[in-house]
Amino acid sequence: MLPPFRLDQSINRLVREEWGRILASLVSVVGSLQLAEDVLQDAVEVALVHWNENGIPEEPAAWLLKTAKRRAIDQLRRKSNFDKLQPALSYLLDMEGSNNSAIDDEEDTVIPDKRLELVFTCCHPALDQKTRVALTLRSLGGLTTEEIANAFLDKKSTMAQRLARAKHKIVSAGIAYEVPPPEKLLERVNGVLSVVYFIFNEGYSASYGEHLTRTHLSDEAIRLGRVLQSLLPEHCEVAGLLSLMLLHESRRVSRKDNTGEVVMLEHQNRLRWDKVKICEGTVLLKNTLPKGQVGPYQLQAAISAIHAESAQWEDTDWAQIVALYELLYSMQPSPVIRVNQAVAISYARSPGEALELLDSLADQAIILEYQPYLVARADVLLRAGFKEEAAAQLCKAIESSDNASEKRFLECRLITDYKATLH
Amino acid sequence: MQYLCLIYSVEGTGPQPGTEAFGQYMQAYQTFTQECVEGGVMSGGNALQTTATATTVTRENGKVEVTDGPFAETKEQLGGYYLFDCKDLDEALEYAAKIPTAAHGRVEVRPVMVFN
Repeated sequence: MLPPFRLDQSINRLVREEWGRILASLVSVVGSLQLAEDVLQDAVEVALVHWNENGIPEEPAAWLLKTAKRRAIDQLRRKSNFDKLQPALSYLLDMEGSNNSAIDDEEDTVIPDKRLELVFTCCHPALDQKTRVALTLRSLGGLTTEEIANAFLDKKSTMAQRLARAKHKIVSAGIAYEVPPPEKLLERVNGVLSVVYFIFNEGYSASYGEHLTRTHLSDEAIRLGRVLQSLLPEHCEVAGLLSLMLLHESRRVSRKDNTGEVVMLEHQNRLRWDKVKICEGTVLLKNTLPKGQVGPYQLQAAISAIHAESAQWEDTDWAQIVALYELLYSMQPSPVIRVNQAVAISYARSPGEALELLDSLADQAIILEYQPYLVARADVLLRAGFKEEAAAQLCKAIESSDNASEKRFLECRLITDYKATLH
Repeated sequence: MQYLCLIYSVEGTGPQPGTEAFGQYMQAYQTFTQECVEGGVMSGGNALQTTATATTVTRENGKVEVTDGPFAETKEQLGGYYLFDCKDLDEALEYAAKIPTAAHGRVEVRPVMVFN
Protein backbone atom coordinates (compact mmCIF):
# COMPACT_ATOMS: atom_id res chain seq x y z
CA MET A 1 0.00 0.00 0.00
CA LEU A 2 1.25 3.48 -0.79
CA PRO A 3 1.83 5.82 2.13
CA PRO A 4 -0.87 8.47 2.54
CA PHE A 5 -0.37 11.59 0.43
CA ARG A 6 1.16 14.39 2.42
CA LEU A 7 1.06 17.83 0.88
CA ASP A 8 3.95 19.24 2.92
CA GLN A 9 6.13 16.33 1.83
CA SER A 10 5.47 16.96 -1.81
CA ILE A 11 6.04 20.67 -1.25
CA ASN A 12 9.36 19.91 0.40
CA ARG A 13 10.36 17.67 -2.48
CA LEU A 14 9.36 20.30 -4.98
CA VAL A 15 11.25 23.01 -3.12
CA ARG A 16 14.39 20.86 -3.04
CA GLU A 17 14.13 20.14 -6.76
CA GLU A 18 13.68 23.78 -7.66
CA TRP A 19 15.76 25.44 -4.93
CA GLY A 20 18.98 25.78 -6.93
CA ARG A 21 17.31 27.18 -10.01
CA ILE A 22 15.21 29.73 -8.11
CA LEU A 23 18.06 30.73 -5.81
CA ALA A 24 20.49 31.22 -8.71
CA SER A 25 17.97 33.37 -10.51
CA LEU A 26 17.39 35.47 -7.38
CA VAL A 27 21.13 35.94 -6.80
CA SER A 28 21.54 37.22 -10.32
CA VAL A 29 18.99 39.95 -9.55
CA VAL A 30 19.70 40.90 -5.92
CA GLY A 31 23.46 40.27 -6.10
CA SER A 32 23.70 38.76 -2.64
CA LEU A 33 23.58 35.06 -1.85
CA GLN A 34 22.58 35.73 1.75
CA LEU A 35 19.65 37.97 0.83
CA ALA A 36 18.53 35.60 -1.92
CA GLU A 37 18.57 32.68 0.50
CA ASP A 38 16.69 34.58 3.19
CA VAL A 39 13.89 35.71 0.90
CA LEU A 40 13.56 32.31 -0.74
CA GLN A 41 13.29 30.69 2.68
CA ASP A 42 10.55 33.19 3.54
CA ALA A 43 8.75 32.43 0.28
CA VAL A 44 8.83 28.72 1.06
CA GLU A 45 7.22 29.35 4.43
CA VAL A 46 4.52 31.47 2.82
CA ALA A 47 4.00 28.75 0.23
CA LEU A 48 3.53 26.07 2.87
CA VAL A 49 0.61 28.01 4.32
CA HIS A 50 -0.82 29.27 1.05
CA TRP A 51 -0.58 26.01 -0.87
CA ASN A 52 -2.03 23.99 1.98
CA GLU A 53 -5.13 26.15 1.71
CA ASN A 54 -5.33 26.65 -2.04
CA GLY A 55 -3.41 23.75 -3.51
CA ILE A 56 -0.11 23.83 -5.38
CA PRO A 57 -0.18 26.39 -8.21
CA GLU A 58 0.45 25.36 -11.79
CA GLU A 59 3.92 26.92 -11.86
CA PRO A 60 5.12 26.53 -8.27
CA ALA A 61 8.70 27.56 -9.03
CA ALA A 62 7.59 30.79 -10.68
CA TRP A 63 5.26 31.41 -7.74
CA LEU A 64 8.14 31.00 -5.30
CA LEU A 65 10.43 33.23 -7.35
CA LYS A 66 7.83 35.97 -7.58
CA THR A 67 7.04 35.83 -3.87
CA ALA A 68 10.75 35.84 -3.02
CA LYS A 69 11.36 38.86 -5.26
CA ARG A 70 8.60 40.80 -3.49
CA ARG A 71 10.22 39.96 -0.17
CA ALA A 72 13.54 41.15 -1.55
CA ILE A 73 12.01 44.48 -2.52
CA ASP A 74 10.59 44.89 0.99
CA GLN A 75 13.93 44.04 2.55
CA LEU A 76 15.95 46.30 0.26
CA ARG A 77 13.57 49.18 0.99
CA ARG A 78 14.07 48.71 4.71
CA LYS A 79 17.86 48.56 4.53
CA SER A 80 19.66 51.58 5.87
CA ASN A 81 22.46 51.55 3.29
CA PHE A 82 19.87 52.22 0.65
CA ASP A 83 22.26 53.81 -1.84
CA LYS A 84 24.46 50.79 -2.24
CA LEU A 85 21.57 48.48 -2.91
CA GLN A 86 19.70 50.89 -5.14
CA PRO A 87 20.66 49.28 -8.46
CA ALA A 88 19.21 45.93 -7.38
CA LEU A 89 16.10 47.60 -6.01
CA SER A 90 15.37 49.72 -9.06
CA TYR A 91 15.86 46.67 -11.23
CA LEU A 92 13.41 44.70 -9.15
CA LEU A 93 10.90 47.54 -9.16
CA ASP A 94 11.16 47.83 -12.94
CA MET A 95 10.38 44.17 -13.24
CA GLU A 96 7.44 44.51 -10.91
CA GLY A 97 6.15 47.51 -12.82
CA SER A 98 6.35 45.90 -16.19
CA ASN A 99 4.70 42.78 -14.94
CA ASN A 100 2.20 43.79 -12.37
CA SER A 101 -0.80 41.75 -13.38
CA ALA A 102 -0.66 38.33 -11.77
CA ILE A 103 1.64 35.89 -10.13
CA ASP A 104 0.99 33.24 -12.73
CA ASP A 105 1.58 35.61 -15.62
CA GLU A 106 2.81 33.54 -18.53
CA GLU A 107 5.98 35.52 -19.25
CA ASP A 108 7.04 35.10 -15.70
CA THR A 109 6.93 31.34 -15.64
CA VAL A 110 10.22 30.98 -17.47
CA ILE A 111 12.98 31.18 -14.90
CA PRO A 112 16.31 32.20 -16.46
CA ASP A 113 18.82 29.50 -15.62
CA LYS A 114 21.67 31.07 -13.67
CA ARG A 115 22.74 27.91 -11.91
CA LEU A 116 26.01 27.68 -13.79
CA GLU A 117 27.08 31.11 -12.53
CA LEU A 118 26.18 30.06 -9.00
CA VAL A 119 28.06 26.74 -9.29
CA PHE A 120 31.26 28.54 -10.23
CA THR A 121 30.83 30.93 -7.31
CA CYS A 122 30.20 28.14 -4.81
CA CYS A 123 33.20 26.16 -6.10
CA HIS A 124 35.53 29.15 -6.39
CA PRO A 125 39.16 28.26 -5.59
CA ALA A 126 39.33 31.16 -3.11
CA LEU A 127 37.07 29.11 -0.80
CA ASP A 128 38.41 26.01 0.91
CA GLN A 129 37.31 22.60 -0.27
CA LYS A 130 34.96 21.79 2.59
CA THR A 131 33.32 25.20 2.26
CA ARG A 132 32.87 24.67 -1.47
CA VAL A 133 31.19 21.35 -0.80
CA ALA A 134 28.90 22.74 1.90
CA LEU A 135 27.98 25.82 -0.11
CA THR A 136 27.22 23.75 -3.21
CA LEU A 137 24.99 21.40 -1.23
CA ARG A 138 23.18 24.33 0.37
CA SER A 139 22.82 26.60 -2.65
CA LEU A 140 22.38 24.17 -5.51
CA GLY A 141 21.29 21.04 -3.73
CA GLY A 142 18.82 22.82 -1.48
CA LEU A 143 19.95 20.81 1.54
CA THR A 144 19.37 22.46 4.89
CA THR A 145 22.31 23.54 7.03
CA GLU A 146 21.34 20.84 9.49
CA GLU A 147 21.40 18.12 6.83
CA ILE A 148 24.83 19.22 5.66
CA ALA A 149 26.10 19.35 9.25
CA ASN A 150 24.81 15.80 9.83
CA ALA A 151 26.49 14.54 6.69
CA PHE A 152 29.85 15.82 7.91
CA LEU A 153 29.26 14.97 11.56
CA ASP A 154 29.58 18.67 12.37
CA LYS A 155 27.49 20.68 14.77
CA LYS A 156 24.74 22.65 13.10
CA SER A 157 26.13 25.90 14.53
CA THR A 158 29.63 25.14 13.20
CA MET A 159 28.27 24.48 9.72
CA ALA A 160 26.07 27.59 9.88
CA GLN A 161 29.15 29.66 10.74
CA ARG A 162 31.12 28.13 7.89
CA LEU A 163 28.35 28.98 5.42
CA ALA A 164 27.91 32.50 6.79
CA ARG A 165 31.66 33.18 6.55
CA ALA A 166 31.70 31.94 2.97
CA LYS A 167 28.79 34.14 1.94
CA HIS A 168 30.46 37.09 3.62
CA LYS A 169 33.71 36.41 1.77
CA ILE A 170 31.93 36.15 -1.57
CA VAL A 171 30.53 39.65 -1.10
CA SER A 172 33.51 41.33 0.59
CA ALA A 173 36.25 39.83 -1.54
CA GLY A 174 34.34 40.44 -4.75
CA ILE A 175 33.96 36.87 -5.98
CA ALA A 176 31.89 37.34 -9.13
CA TYR A 177 28.74 35.43 -10.03
CA GLU A 178 29.77 34.55 -13.52
CA VAL A 179 30.84 31.79 -15.83
CA PRO A 180 34.64 32.05 -16.17
CA PRO A 181 36.07 33.23 -19.51
CA PRO A 182 36.93 30.49 -22.05
CA GLU A 183 40.65 30.43 -21.21
CA LYS A 184 39.89 29.59 -17.59
CA LEU A 185 36.76 27.55 -18.06
CA LEU A 186 38.37 24.13 -18.29
CA GLU A 187 40.36 24.52 -15.10
CA ARG A 188 37.36 25.87 -13.22
CA VAL A 189 35.06 23.12 -14.52
CA ASN A 190 37.56 20.60 -13.15
CA GLY A 191 37.32 22.34 -9.80
CA VAL A 192 33.54 22.02 -9.85
CA LEU A 193 33.73 18.35 -10.83
CA SER A 194 36.07 17.59 -7.95
CA VAL A 195 33.52 19.11 -5.54
CA VAL A 196 30.72 16.97 -6.99
CA TYR A 197 32.87 13.84 -6.93
CA PHE A 198 33.87 14.56 -3.35
CA ILE A 199 30.18 14.76 -2.39
CA PHE A 200 29.55 11.48 -4.18
CA ASN A 201 32.41 9.72 -2.45
CA GLU A 202 31.39 11.00 0.95
CA GLY A 203 28.06 9.34 0.31
CA TYR A 204 29.43 6.24 -1.33
CA SER A 205 32.02 5.21 1.22
CA ALA A 206 32.20 7.00 4.50
CA SER A 207 35.79 7.26 5.60
CA TYR A 208 35.02 7.12 9.28
CA GLY A 209 32.46 5.77 11.70
CA GLU A 210 30.01 2.95 11.31
CA HIS A 211 28.09 4.16 8.28
CA LEU A 212 29.50 2.69 5.14
CA THR A 213 27.15 4.64 2.91
CA ARG A 214 25.34 7.89 3.21
CA THR A 215 23.04 7.36 0.28
CA HIS A 216 21.64 10.81 0.42
CA LEU A 217 24.90 12.52 -0.55
CA SER A 218 25.50 10.17 -3.47
CA ASP A 219 22.02 10.82 -4.81
CA GLU A 220 22.63 14.51 -4.39
CA ALA A 221 25.94 14.31 -6.26
CA ILE A 222 24.28 12.46 -9.13
CA ARG A 223 21.55 15.06 -9.25
CA LEU A 224 24.17 17.83 -9.36
CA GLY A 225 25.99 15.83 -12.03
CA ARG A 226 22.84 15.77 -14.14
CA VAL A 227 22.35 19.50 -13.71
CA LEU A 228 25.96 20.17 -14.77
CA GLN A 229 25.61 17.80 -17.69
CA SER A 230 22.57 19.74 -18.89
CA LEU A 231 24.39 23.06 -18.45
CA LEU A 232 27.73 21.99 -19.96
CA PRO A 233 26.75 19.36 -22.54
CA GLU A 234 29.96 19.83 -24.53
CA HIS A 235 32.32 19.12 -21.64
CA CYS A 236 33.28 15.48 -21.93
CA GLU A 237 34.57 15.18 -18.39
CA VAL A 238 31.22 16.38 -17.02
CA ALA A 239 29.55 13.47 -18.82
CA GLY A 240 32.44 11.23 -17.73
CA LEU A 241 31.89 12.03 -14.07
CA LEU A 242 28.12 11.53 -14.29
CA SER A 243 28.69 8.18 -16.00
CA LEU A 244 31.24 7.17 -13.36
CA MET A 245 28.88 8.03 -10.51
CA LEU A 246 25.96 6.17 -12.10
CA LEU A 247 28.05 3.07 -12.66
CA HIS A 248 29.39 3.07 -9.09
CA GLU A 249 25.94 3.74 -7.73
CA SER A 250 24.48 0.82 -9.69
CA ARG A 251 26.32 -1.52 -7.31
CA ARG A 252 25.27 0.14 -4.09
CA VAL A 253 22.80 -2.46 -2.80
CA SER A 254 25.12 -5.38 -3.52
CA ARG A 255 28.09 -3.80 -1.76
CA LYS A 256 26.69 -4.83 1.60
CA ASP A 257 25.12 -8.06 2.79
CA ASN A 258 21.99 -8.40 4.95
CA THR A 259 23.97 -7.72 8.10
CA GLY A 260 25.49 -4.59 6.62
CA GLU A 261 28.95 -6.06 6.04
CA VAL A 262 31.09 -5.25 2.98
CA VAL A 263 30.87 -7.54 -0.05
CA MET A 264 33.82 -7.38 -2.46
CA LEU A 265 33.18 -6.93 -6.18
CA GLU A 266 34.22 -10.54 -6.75
CA HIS A 267 31.45 -11.88 -4.51
CA GLN A 268 28.66 -9.44 -5.31
CA ASN A 269 25.37 -10.72 -6.67
CA ARG A 270 25.42 -9.11 -10.08
CA LEU A 271 21.71 -9.71 -10.60
CA ARG A 272 21.13 -7.06 -7.96
CA TRP A 273 23.05 -4.40 -9.85
CA ASP A 274 20.84 -1.57 -11.00
CA LYS A 275 20.40 -2.17 -14.76
CA VAL A 276 18.80 1.22 -15.37
CA LYS A 277 21.80 3.08 -13.92
CA ILE A 278 24.24 0.82 -15.75
CA CYS A 279 22.43 1.45 -18.99
CA GLU A 280 22.32 5.21 -18.48
CA GLY A 281 25.99 5.32 -17.45
CA THR A 282 27.28 3.21 -20.35
CA VAL A 283 25.18 4.93 -23.00
CA LEU A 284 26.38 8.30 -21.76
CA LEU A 285 29.98 7.09 -21.87
CA LYS A 286 29.65 5.56 -25.32
CA ASN A 287 28.29 8.85 -26.63
CA THR A 288 31.11 10.79 -24.99
CA LEU A 289 34.29 8.80 -25.65
CA PRO A 290 34.19 9.21 -29.46
CA LYS A 291 34.35 13.00 -29.04
CA GLY A 292 38.05 12.49 -28.45
CA GLN A 293 38.51 14.60 -25.30
CA VAL A 294 39.29 11.73 -23.00
CA GLY A 295 40.01 12.59 -19.37
CA PRO A 296 40.43 10.84 -16.03
CA TYR A 297 36.70 10.66 -15.21
CA GLN A 298 35.86 9.08 -18.55
CA LEU A 299 38.65 6.53 -18.09
CA GLN A 300 37.50 5.61 -14.60
CA ALA A 301 33.95 5.32 -15.92
CA ALA A 302 35.21 3.06 -18.71
CA ILE A 303 36.87 0.78 -16.13
CA SER A 304 33.70 0.72 -14.09
CA ALA A 305 31.67 -0.04 -17.24
CA ILE A 306 33.79 -3.11 -17.97
CA HIS A 307 32.84 -4.50 -14.57
CA ALA A 308 29.22 -3.49 -15.04
CA GLU A 309 28.98 -5.28 -18.35
CA SER A 310 30.61 -8.52 -17.21
CA ALA A 311 27.92 -11.05 -16.37
CA GLN A 312 30.24 -12.68 -13.86
CA TRP A 313 33.60 -12.00 -12.22
CA GLU A 314 35.31 -14.61 -14.42
CA ASP A 315 34.21 -12.78 -17.59
CA THR A 316 35.99 -9.54 -16.66
CA ASP A 317 38.22 -8.21 -19.44
CA TRP A 318 41.24 -7.60 -17.21
CA ALA A 319 43.63 -6.91 -20.07
CA GLN A 320 41.52 -3.94 -21.11
CA ILE A 321 41.31 -2.70 -17.54
CA VAL A 322 45.12 -2.85 -17.28
CA ALA A 323 45.38 -0.80 -20.48
CA LEU A 324 42.86 1.79 -19.22
CA TYR A 325 44.80 2.19 -15.96
CA GLU A 326 47.96 2.73 -18.01
CA LEU A 327 46.23 5.56 -19.88
CA LEU A 328 44.88 6.95 -16.62
CA TYR A 329 48.37 6.84 -15.09
CA SER A 330 49.76 8.79 -18.04
CA MET A 331 47.27 11.58 -17.19
CA GLN A 332 47.47 11.34 -13.42
CA PRO A 333 50.76 9.77 -12.38
CA SER A 334 49.66 8.72 -8.90
CA PRO A 335 50.79 5.59 -7.04
CA VAL A 336 47.14 4.99 -6.13
CA ILE A 337 46.40 4.26 -9.79
CA ARG A 338 49.35 1.86 -9.89
CA VAL A 339 47.90 -0.05 -6.93
CA ASN A 340 44.62 -0.54 -8.78
CA GLN A 341 46.47 -1.45 -11.93
CA ALA A 342 48.48 -4.05 -10.04
CA VAL A 343 45.27 -5.76 -8.92
CA ALA A 344 44.12 -5.89 -12.55
CA ILE A 345 47.53 -7.24 -13.62
CA SER A 346 47.26 -10.00 -11.02
CA TYR A 347 44.20 -11.31 -12.91
CA ALA A 348 45.22 -10.39 -16.46
CA ARG A 349 48.72 -11.87 -16.13
CA SER A 350 49.87 -13.28 -12.79
CA PRO A 351 49.99 -12.43 -9.08
CA GLY A 352 53.79 -12.51 -9.35
CA GLU A 353 53.87 -9.67 -11.89
CA ALA A 354 51.43 -7.69 -9.77
CA LEU A 355 53.66 -8.15 -6.74
CA GLU A 356 56.63 -6.77 -8.68
CA LEU A 357 54.67 -3.64 -9.56
CA LEU A 358 53.45 -3.19 -5.96
CA ASP A 359 56.95 -3.64 -4.54
CA SER A 360 58.32 -1.10 -6.99
CA LEU A 361 56.04 1.47 -5.33
CA ALA A 362 57.36 0.79 -1.85
CA ASP A 363 60.04 3.49 -2.06
CA GLN A 364 57.28 6.09 -1.79
CA ALA A 365 56.70 6.37 1.94
CA ILE A 366 53.14 7.62 1.52
CA ILE A 367 52.00 4.46 -0.23
CA LEU A 368 52.98 2.29 2.74
CA GLU A 369 50.31 4.05 4.76
CA TYR A 370 47.72 3.78 2.00
CA GLN A 371 45.40 1.11 3.31
CA PRO A 372 44.20 -0.28 -0.07
CA TYR A 373 47.88 -0.87 -0.94
CA LEU A 374 48.28 -3.09 2.11
CA VAL A 375 45.09 -5.01 1.28
CA ALA A 376 46.09 -5.43 -2.37
CA ARG A 377 49.59 -6.61 -1.46
CA ALA A 378 48.20 -9.12 1.05
CA ASP A 379 45.84 -10.51 -1.57
CA VAL A 380 48.51 -10.77 -4.26
CA LEU A 381 50.96 -12.39 -1.81
CA LEU A 382 48.34 -14.98 -0.87
CA ARG A 383 47.57 -15.82 -4.48
CA ALA A 384 51.29 -16.02 -5.29
CA GLY A 385 51.61 -18.65 -2.54
CA PHE A 386 53.36 -16.64 0.20
CA LYS A 387 50.88 -17.46 2.95
CA GLU A 388 52.70 -16.25 6.04
CA GLU A 389 53.80 -12.96 4.54
CA ALA A 390 50.27 -12.49 3.22
CA ALA A 391 48.71 -12.95 6.66
CA ALA A 392 51.21 -10.55 8.25
CA GLN A 393 50.47 -7.97 5.55
CA LEU A 394 46.73 -8.29 6.08
CA CYS A 395 47.13 -7.79 9.84
CA LYS A 396 48.84 -4.47 9.09
CA ALA A 397 46.00 -3.54 6.75
CA ILE A 398 43.43 -4.29 9.48
CA GLU A 399 45.34 -2.13 11.95
CA SER A 400 45.36 0.83 9.60
CA SER A 401 41.66 0.68 8.64
CA ASP A 402 39.40 3.26 10.27
CA ASN A 403 36.16 1.91 8.86
CA ALA A 404 34.63 -0.51 11.36
CA SER A 405 32.68 -2.48 8.77
CA GLU A 406 35.73 -2.94 6.57
CA LYS A 407 37.81 -3.96 9.58
CA ARG A 408 35.36 -6.73 10.43
CA PHE A 409 35.35 -7.87 6.82
CA LEU A 410 39.14 -8.11 6.68
CA GLU A 411 39.31 -9.89 10.05
CA CYS A 412 36.85 -12.41 8.72
CA ARG A 413 38.95 -12.94 5.60
CA LEU A 414 42.08 -13.37 7.66
CA ILE A 415 40.54 -16.31 9.46
CA THR A 416 38.73 -17.97 6.53
CA ASP A 417 41.08 -17.36 3.59
CA TYR A 418 44.44 -16.73 5.19
CA LYS A 419 43.95 -19.48 7.82
CA ALA A 420 45.48 -17.29 10.46
CA THR A 421 44.07 -16.10 13.76
CA LEU A 422 44.21 -12.64 15.21
CA HIS A 423 46.42 -12.10 18.15
CA MET B 1 37.14 47.13 -5.91
CA GLN B 2 40.52 47.75 -4.35
CA TYR B 3 42.75 44.87 -3.41
CA LEU B 4 45.96 45.09 -1.42
CA CYS B 5 48.49 42.45 -2.46
CA LEU B 6 50.92 41.77 0.36
CA ILE B 7 54.14 40.21 -0.85
CA TYR B 8 55.77 37.78 1.56
CA SER B 9 58.99 35.81 1.25
CA VAL B 10 61.78 34.43 3.38
CA GLU B 11 64.34 37.21 3.55
CA GLY B 12 67.56 36.28 1.81
CA THR B 13 65.89 33.87 -0.60
CA GLY B 14 65.21 34.65 -4.24
CA PRO B 15 67.58 36.62 -6.50
CA GLN B 16 70.17 38.56 -4.45
CA PRO B 17 71.57 42.03 -5.23
CA GLY B 18 74.81 41.91 -7.15
CA THR B 19 73.92 38.81 -9.14
CA GLU B 20 72.83 38.66 -12.76
CA ALA B 21 69.55 37.07 -11.69
CA PHE B 22 68.80 40.13 -9.58
CA GLY B 23 68.94 42.40 -12.62
CA GLN B 24 66.43 40.21 -14.40
CA TYR B 25 64.26 40.15 -11.27
CA MET B 26 64.15 43.96 -11.11
CA GLN B 27 63.43 44.07 -14.83
CA ALA B 28 60.54 41.64 -14.27
CA TYR B 29 59.10 44.01 -11.65
CA GLN B 30 59.35 46.95 -14.03
CA THR B 31 57.64 45.03 -16.82
CA PHE B 32 54.94 43.81 -14.46
CA THR B 33 54.27 47.28 -13.03
CA GLN B 34 54.03 48.63 -16.57
CA GLU B 35 51.48 45.90 -17.37
CA CYS B 36 49.41 46.93 -14.32
CA VAL B 37 49.46 50.57 -15.42
CA GLU B 38 48.44 49.67 -18.96
CA GLY B 39 45.75 47.35 -17.67
CA GLY B 40 44.32 50.25 -15.66
CA VAL B 41 44.50 48.45 -12.31
CA MET B 42 47.54 50.14 -10.75
CA SER B 43 46.67 52.16 -7.64
CA GLY B 44 50.03 52.00 -5.92
CA GLY B 45 52.84 49.80 -4.75
CA ASN B 46 56.21 49.80 -3.04
CA ALA B 47 59.03 47.58 -1.94
CA LEU B 48 60.03 47.71 1.73
CA GLN B 49 63.43 47.67 3.42
CA THR B 50 64.18 44.40 5.24
CA THR B 51 62.74 43.64 8.68
CA ALA B 52 66.17 44.48 10.15
CA THR B 53 65.10 48.10 9.72
CA ALA B 54 61.65 47.64 11.29
CA THR B 55 60.50 49.32 14.49
CA THR B 56 57.26 48.39 16.22
CA VAL B 57 55.27 50.74 18.46
CA THR B 58 52.34 50.13 20.77
CA ARG B 59 50.59 52.31 23.32
CA GLU B 60 49.53 50.99 26.68
CA ASN B 61 47.78 53.28 29.19
CA GLY B 62 49.02 56.28 27.28
CA LYS B 63 52.62 55.09 27.40
CA VAL B 64 54.35 54.47 24.09
CA GLU B 65 56.40 51.28 23.86
CA VAL B 66 58.96 51.12 21.11
CA THR B 67 60.52 47.79 20.11
CA ASP B 68 63.29 47.05 17.67
CA GLY B 69 62.14 44.62 14.96
CA PRO B 70 58.98 43.53 13.18
CA PHE B 71 55.73 42.90 15.06
CA ALA B 72 56.06 39.15 14.68
CA GLU B 73 59.03 36.90 14.08
CA THR B 74 57.64 34.82 11.24
CA LYS B 75 59.48 32.75 8.67
CA GLU B 76 58.13 34.77 5.78
CA GLN B 77 58.20 38.53 6.01
CA LEU B 78 56.30 41.31 4.33
CA GLY B 79 58.60 42.74 1.67
CA GLY B 80 56.33 44.96 -0.39
CA TYR B 81 52.84 45.54 -1.69
CA TYR B 82 50.71 46.50 -4.65
CA LEU B 83 47.35 48.20 -4.48
CA PHE B 84 45.14 47.20 -7.38
CA ASP B 85 41.78 48.42 -8.57
CA CYS B 86 40.09 45.41 -10.16
CA LYS B 87 36.62 44.44 -11.28
CA ASP B 88 36.53 41.32 -9.13
CA LEU B 89 38.64 38.88 -7.14
CA ASP B 90 39.50 36.80 -10.20
CA GLU B 91 41.14 39.76 -11.88
CA ALA B 92 43.05 40.65 -8.71
CA LEU B 93 44.25 37.05 -8.35
CA GLU B 94 45.38 37.02 -11.94
CA TYR B 95 47.58 40.08 -11.41
CA ALA B 96 48.77 38.90 -8.00
CA ALA B 97 49.96 35.61 -9.47
CA LYS B 98 52.18 37.52 -11.89
CA ILE B 99 54.06 39.43 -9.16
CA PRO B 100 57.68 38.25 -9.66
CA THR B 101 58.17 37.33 -5.97
CA ALA B 102 55.26 34.86 -6.24
CA ALA B 103 57.81 32.53 -7.85
CA HIS B 104 59.67 32.06 -4.51
CA GLY B 105 57.36 33.67 -1.97
CA ARG B 106 53.63 34.14 -1.43
CA VAL B 107 51.18 36.91 -2.07
CA GLU B 108 48.18 37.52 0.17
CA VAL B 109 45.29 39.28 -1.56
CA ARG B 110 43.02 41.34 0.70
CA PRO B 111 40.04 43.40 -0.37
CA VAL B 112 40.15 46.94 0.99
CA MET B 113 37.24 47.75 3.28
CA VAL B 114 34.83 50.41 2.11
CA PHE B 115 32.94 52.49 4.69
CA ASN B 116 29.68 54.11 3.73
